[in-house]
Formats: sequence, structure tokens, C-alpha cells
Amino acid sequence: MSYEGSFRVWRGDDDAGGLVDYQVEVNDGEVVLDVIHRLQATQAPDLAVRWNCKAGKCGSCSAEVNGRPRLLCMTRMSTFSPDEVVTVTPLRTFPVLRDLVTDVSFNYEKAREIPAFEPPKGVAPGDYRMAQVDVGRSQEFRKCIECFLCQDVCHVIRDHEQNKPAFAGPRFFIRIAELDMHPLDTREGRAEAAQDEHGLGLCNITKCCTEVCPEGIKITDNGIIPMKERVVDRKYDPLVWLGSKIFRRQT
Amino acid sequence: MSDVERHAYDCLVIGAGGAGLRAAIEARERGLRTAIICKSLFGKAHTVMAEGGIAASMGNVNSRDSWEVHFRDTMRGGKFLNNPRMAELHAKEAPQRVWELETYGALFDRTPDGRISQRNFGGHEYPRLAHVGDRTGLELIRTLQQKIVSLQQADGRESGDLDARLRVFAEVTVTDLLTEEGRISGAFAYYRESGRFVVFEAPAVILATGGICKSFKVTSNSWEYTGDGQALALRAGAALVNMEFVQFHPTGMVWPPSVKGILVTESVRGDGGVLRNSEGRRFMFDYVPDVFRGQYAESEDEADRWYEDPDNNKRPPELLPRDEVARAINSEVKEGRGTPHGGVFLDVSTRLPADEIVRRLPSMYHQFKELADVDITAEPMEVGPTCHYVMGGVEVDADTAATAVPGLFAAGEVAGGLHGSNRLGGNSLSDLLVFGKRAGDGAADYVSSLPQTRPQVRDEDVEHAAQTALAPFAAPTLGAFENPYTIHTELQQTMNDLVGIIRRESEMIEALQRLSKLEARERDVVVEGHRQFNPGWHLALDLRNMLLVSRCIAMAALERTESRGGHTREDHPDMDARWRDVNLVCRFDDKGEVVLQREMLPAIRPELLALFERSELTKYLTEDELSRLSPLDPEAGR
Ligand SMILES: Cc1cc2nc3c(=O)[nH]c(=O)nc-3n(C[C@H](O)[C@H](O)[C@H](O)COP(=O)(O)OP(=O)(O)OC[C@H]3O[C@@H](n4cnc5c(N)ncnc54)[C@H](O)[C@@H]3O)c2cc1C
Ligand code: SF4
Ligand code: SF4
Ligand code: FES
Repeated sequence: MSYEGSFRVWRGDDDAGGLVDYQVEVNDGEVVLDVIHRLQATQAPDLAVRWNCKAGKCGSCSAEVNGRPRLLCMTRMSTFSPDEVVTVTPLRTFPVLRDLVTDVSFNYEKAREIPAFEPPKGVAPGDYRMAQVDVGRSQEFRKCIECFLCQDVCHVIRDHEQNKPAFAGPRFFIRIAELDMHPLDTREGRAEAAQDEHGLGLCNITKCCTEVCPEGIKITDNGIIPMKERVVDRKYDPLVWLGSKIFRRQT
Repeated sequence: MSDVERHAYDCLVIGAGGAGLRAAIEARERGLRTAIICKSLFGKAHTVMAEGGIAASMGNVNSRDSWEVHFRDTMRGGKFLNNPRMAELHAKEAPQRVWELETYGALFDRTPDGRISQRNFGGHEYPRLAHVGDRTGLELIRTLQQKIVSLQQADGRESGDLDARLRVFAEVTVTDLLTEEGRISGAFAYYRESGRFVVFEAPAVILATGGICKSFKVTSNSWEYTGDGQALALRAGAALVNMEFVQFHPTGMVWPPSVKGILVTESVRGDGGVLRNSEGRRFMFDYVPDVFRGQYAESEDEADRWYEDPDNNKRPPELLPRDEVARAINSEVKEGRGTPHGGVFLDVSTRLPADEIVRRLPSMYHQFKELADVDITAEPMEVGPTCHYVMGGVEVDADTAATAVPGLFAAGEVAGGLHGSNRLGGNSLSDLLVFGKRAGDGAADYVSSLPQTRPQVRDEDVEHAAQTALAPFAAPTLGAFENPYTIHTELQQTMNDLVGIIRRESEMIEALQRLSKLEARERDVVVEGHRQFNPGWHLALDLRNMLLVSRCIAMAALERTESRGGHTREDHPDMDARWRDVNLVCRFDDKGEVVLQREMLPAIRPELLALFERSELTKYLTEDELSRLSPLDPEAGR
């Protein structure tokens, strides 16, 4: 089965641009990325789009479809009716480079601000022992394919450009949570640093990030909220607070 | 071209997959100022797609495993055409390389006693694949990416500059290697975003650019796999080996058409999935070849018992090496026992409880549900062969990963030799780590051996590279304008139909003729638009690499008149021991044409041969080789 679909695709660069209408063939079983590729091959050879795996594994093809942050390769055409106009636009939170391609370097800079895994001293490679139940929690966060859809949807930076320097964003909150929950990571105070240095406090738990995550990671419930609770506990529980200070001074 | 952006490094790593990142880590740790260049964003290289696992004989699940057994399996999988030294180093070093990842922060699935869990896979005698569900490649690439970041953070603390000793240039494509008097002096590249050119000066270049399968129509590979590294190496004066061996993975999706070729991981079979034809028959029992007879179960009962009791039962034939399974599926479909969409059934739904399937194979569950409306916990999948991996590649020295060109190294899928005529699943990710590290070491040794003055980048070479890259913007003086997308589609169809899974002499001759025509048309390709992130232009530049590499594949496939591993000739259906130690090698002659030469494979050392039963060796080696074997070393081939 195939039909002529109506598409509006944002074309342009950081100077200027707008929506361009296209009529394109759509076939059974296709995803939006297939249609974009057909556009490239037949009508718009220079239409810029990122993609790699075409199977939801690499997180390259992020864009907005009818205003919703989506992976183009995992958005089935069957979710639209044949007479519906499908609008494809670049991620709104990041500067456009060209057409559907945005400058996501913000995310790579944030990644470099998170202190790396600190391995246990004196444990030789091959001697690491961890129980499945203990690695399971961090493994959930390590499913992240870095599509940055959660970063795109989060209103803290989507609507407030000025927050960018102070806010790592949901993707990197779960990176911190992952290290915090890593059974063998030896760095202290990761959750506190999330609060004090990476802008966890700006998050008001709207859960939009969790809703768009194509990997189904429970960003808020399993990552953000437990860290927020821990930070709050420490701040208000004088014993814990004192204990952590003394402990740190000794090491 | 003196106004072109320039950077100087000690070492340039082209490719940010597992091989490139591991190489860069080593080069940086050995003190080289290193740059990593990749076509996609950082962390998106093909390695991210790997699913099943990393092969390493850690023996965590079955303590009988050892490097010797892994070596043996690798040689059998490659039908003894493997470079034996590479197979030996790979088997010996893989466990260390995997354990090392844990010190970088990797979190593999665990055994009950807390060690790295290992799963069964085709051709591996024991459960050997370290894994994280079915997203092992993601774990590997993220771990290495984060290790790179940690090294940058250390450099930042020391010097204030995170990029001081290790810098990533993402979305940059290398189009030419630069040499002076035959030695590497650097590379020429463009930023995909802006189309601006950039020159890297470096005495050592490590190619880690991955594979070639984007030249085939049905493939599990992404747009990046256009054979750039293979083509760059050829043009710089290095050789390609074993290019006729292309792996068709037996299980790719076949429906709907837009996902045709997307991989269905072998873990489905490793964890209990079985293959059935339209008559419901587990047909793999009919396809166990002579060389493997005795190693695989002969009845369904025995095969099923093996999952619980592998020491006393033989493994199911679904777990034969990939070439065998792919050919079997091909025959079933050809003989009319295929599924409605031209595949066979792969069923795990009747083999494991639904929640177990979702736990062990989450991304397969997701992939079929989202893309094909198939619930794999309730119904079988439809699968068929897909072009997946190239065993052949740049010819390298086993110990140092050095090519014939001084200063040029290669590791990972772009390099050839380790896998012989067919790669076992899981042996690629381990290959990336073992030889990625060795390439980093090789480059460090090479750079420290250089005299004060390094090979220089010559202006005329930069000028020439720039002209070549801009050619698609200029309209040809004669003939029709060609569209790069059209030529690409025709190339893919040609390779699929004529140099595919089953090959015939007449078809390959025709393929070579068609390739010549496509090469001529490629010179008339014209692209629209400007240089800013222009996919039409990018494809136009990748095309010449795809055409060159396709030619090498077709030439070698035509020459090898036998069937072995990833090369099946309908007109020469048997494996021929006389071809066992012959490598087919492609090089450029002085006119820039590809020439094919025969070279002898390095001999297998007696102590390595001694790991096999003599009765098994007789299936592979020539009479002559066997007779030389016994009198010299009575121990060999016990
Ligand atoms: C779907 C799938 C599943 C797989 N599963 C497994 C598995 O379970 N186990 C296993 O062992 N193997 C598996 N493989 C095979 C394995 O993933 C690959 O062989 C391996 O990842 C290749 O790694 P690499 O480092 O050589 O190259 P890649 O990871 O492909 O990286 C290549 C890099 O080179 C860059 N590059 C290429 N050309 C240029 C250029 N001209 N200029 C600049 N940069 C360039 C690319 O941008 C990229 O960064 C699988 C493969 C696929 C497709
Ligand atoms: S829950 Fe927090 S991080 Fe997630 S989108 Fe809302 S504000 Fe942003
Ligand atoms: S957490 Fe989810 S949405 Fe955010 S980057 Fe990772 S995969 Fe994408
Ligand atoms: S192309 Fe990889 S996630 Fe869409």
C-alpha cells in the first residue's frame, strides 16, 4: 500500500529558514526517516539530516515531528492518517546548523563537566565483583543512547536560554546518578555536586524528559528524585551533614 | 591552499568506533598528542549498534574455556584462512582487554558469583560472550567515550586545556591521506557542517574506519560504511587482503521493506531461539557440513538438552558459524519453503517465557514491536540474510597493526586477516580492543623511532585533494549530469545481485563491467546546493570509495575458484585445500589501477597446529602440508 503524503519540513540555517511543503510517496511500514530519505533522493538532494543506525540504537536522528521530540527512525508513518500533514522541524533547544541538523555541542561540553568514574584502588582488572541487583540500577541509565530528546524537551533550557551554563540537563543527571549508584565508584558527594554544581535544583520534576525518552529510562523517578531526596536529607539532617564533613576531612 | 585550517599532532586516529577509541587511549597514554576524527557525532560510530557481546575466554561461566579453545574456534570459523598470529594474539589478549573496561566504568551483566556473565554464540565452544543485554556495543562505545573524557579531564587539570593531548574532531570526513616519499605525513579532510577543508599534519595515522557493506542493497550497516579506510589505504600504497570474504548475517529483518536488512542479533539463537521453514521443520539439522559433523547435535532432543547440560550434549545446529546458517536459509527460501516475505521463521516465543525474552533481548523486543508490529514473545520473527561485515581489509602486521606504508596503521573492521574467511559473532568487538590497543602501541613505537624532521605535507598534495573534493560541484563538459543517489542505488543492486551470497563466474564478470560503467558515470556526478552540511555532496565523495572497494571484492571473488566461509561459488561449491594458504591481495599499480596478486598465508606454528586433532586438520590442510607436519613434530596433531 502506498499514498502521496503531505510533509512540511523546516529548511534553512542559523540566519534564516522556514517550512517547505513537499508531496512524497509513503509506503507500508515506513518511518519518517524513510520519507526524508526519499525526499533527498528525489526532490531535495541537499536536505540535511543526521542518522546512523535506523533502528533506534544510536540517537542520531533526533528532531521534532508535529512539535514532539522524536527519533525519526522510530516514528512510524502508520501513526498518522494519510491525509494528515506531517511537520518535521529541528530540535528547538539547540541552534540550527542546517535544515534538521542542530548544534548539540552543549551536550558534549556538559559531559566533560561530570567527573569521571573513579575506580577502586587496589582492585586488579579481572577482580571486580558486583551483584546483578546492584549493577541493574546503573545499567538502566547506561541504556541512554544520547539522543538528547530529554535535553530538548526540558523547559529549564528550552524556554530559558540563560539557564544553559548552570544546568546539565536530565541526560547528565542520570549520568551522575549512574555513577552515584555504581557499586565500585569511589568518588564521594556526587548527588551533592549535582545540586550545587550541575543545576539539579532548577528541575521542578515535570517529568517531560521521562515521557520523551525513547529508551524508556525513568529519568525522574529513578534518577532525579532519589538524588534530590538524598541531597535534601543531608542538608536537613544535622547528623548526616556533620558525618559527611568529618568523613571528608579525614580522607 | 596555504589558507586552509591546519593542525599538527603526533598521531591521527581516523574513526571513533571501538578500535579507534581504544587506539587513541593507548596512543595518548604512550605520550602521543592525538586527534580522533570521525564522520558522525562522538559516540555514534557503528560499534554502538553491536548487540550480542564481546568474545573473551575468561571462563566465568564454563571454567574449561581458555585462549587455546578460543583460538581453535576462531580458526575453525575462518576455515583456517585466518592469519594465525592474529588469531593467537586475539585469543590470548581478549580477556585482559575486557577486564580493563571495568576499570573504565563498564557494567556488564553478572554471573551469580558477581563476575562478568558470558553467553553462548555461534561457533564458540563455551559460553564466551561478555554482554549487556543485547546492547553490548553501546556499553563498549560509551565506556571508551567516557574514558576519553576522563583522560581529557586529567589533561585539563594539568594544563587548563581539556584538548591539550587528546582532541575529538566530530563530523569531519577524511578524503585523502598525505604522504611524503611514501611515508605518512598527514590527512586531508572537510567539516561536514561547513564544508570547510582542514589539514592534519601527523607522522602516524591509525585507520579505524570500519566496513564496506553500504555498497550492498540489503545490509545491517549504516551510511558510514562506505569503505573509506580501505580506499584511503589502497591509494596511499597499502594492500587489501581477503576482500572476497563478505559476511552475510543469517538473520536480518525482512519485513516491512523499509527495515529490510536491520540486524536480528545472534543472541536470539544463543539463548534458545530456533529456525523453522514454512513447513515447521527445524531445517538446520539438514545442513551440518562435513567439517563440523560430530560437533553439533543430530536430534532436536539432544540440541534442546544442550542448553541445560552442555558438557554431555552437542550444541544445536542453529549455532553453526554464520556462513553455514546464511547459506541454509538461502537454500530453504530458494526451494520454496520460505515465509510469505521471503525469509524463514526465527522463533523464541515457544522457547522462553515472555518476561525472560524481554529481559534478555530487550532491544529485539522493542525493535520488532516498534518497527514491524511483531511481538516476539508471542509469535515468530521472519528473518533472512543481510550483508553485515567484511572479513577482508587492510593488510597489517599482526603484532604492530602496521601496514606496508610507514606511519600507516589499521585496526578493527577495516583491517583484514584475523577472521580468515568468516568471522565468529563476538569476535569483532574483541578484535577492536586487542588490535586497537596494539595499533596505538605500534604508532607510539613508530613515532619515537623517527628522526627530528618529520615527513612534510606538500602544498601541491593539499591543492590536489581540495580539487578532487570540489569536483562534484563543477558540471562536466561532456555527457549527462549524474545524480549520486542514483549511482549509489545501482551500485547496491549490482553488488547484491551479482557478488552476493551465492556467486557465479559469469555474474561477477558482468559485475566488473557494470562497475566500470558506474566508475565512468561517477566522474560526471553533479551535486546541487552549497558546501554546508550537504548530504548529496558527502555521498558523491563516498561513492568513489565504494566503487573502488566493490571492484576489489568482485576481482578477488572471481579469482577464488572454491567456496570457503563468506565466499560461496555455485560453480565451485567445495572447499579446496589448495586454496587454504592462499591470500588474494589488491594493490594499486603505478597507473593507479587495482591489481590482484596471490600471496602465501603465514604458516601456522607447530605448537598452534598441535591444538587440533589430526583428523580435523586433514579436513583443511593439503596432503603436502600434512606430510610435512608429522615427521618434524610427532606431537603435532595428536
Ligand atoms: C547491527 C550490528 C550488530 C553487531 N553486533 C556485534 C556483536 O554483537 N559482537 C561483535 O563482536 N560484533 C558485532 N558487530 C560488528 C561490529 O559492531 C563492528 O564490526 C565493529 O563495531 C566495527 O568497529 P570499528 O571500530 O572497526 O569501526 P566503527 O565502529 O564502525 O567506527 C568507524 C569510525 O570511522 C569513522 N570513519 C569512517 N570513515 C571515515 C572518514 N573517511 N573520515 C573520518 N572518519 C571516518 C566513522 O565515523 C566511525 O567513527 C555488529 C555489527 C552490526 C552492524
Ligand atoms: S523533570 Fe526536571 S529535568 Fe526532566 S524535563 Fe522536567 S524540569 Fe527538566
Ligand atoms: S536519557 Fe533518554 S531521552 Fe535522554 S538522551 Fe538518553 S536516551 Fe535520549
Ligand atoms: S538513526 Fe539511530 S536512532 Fe535513529
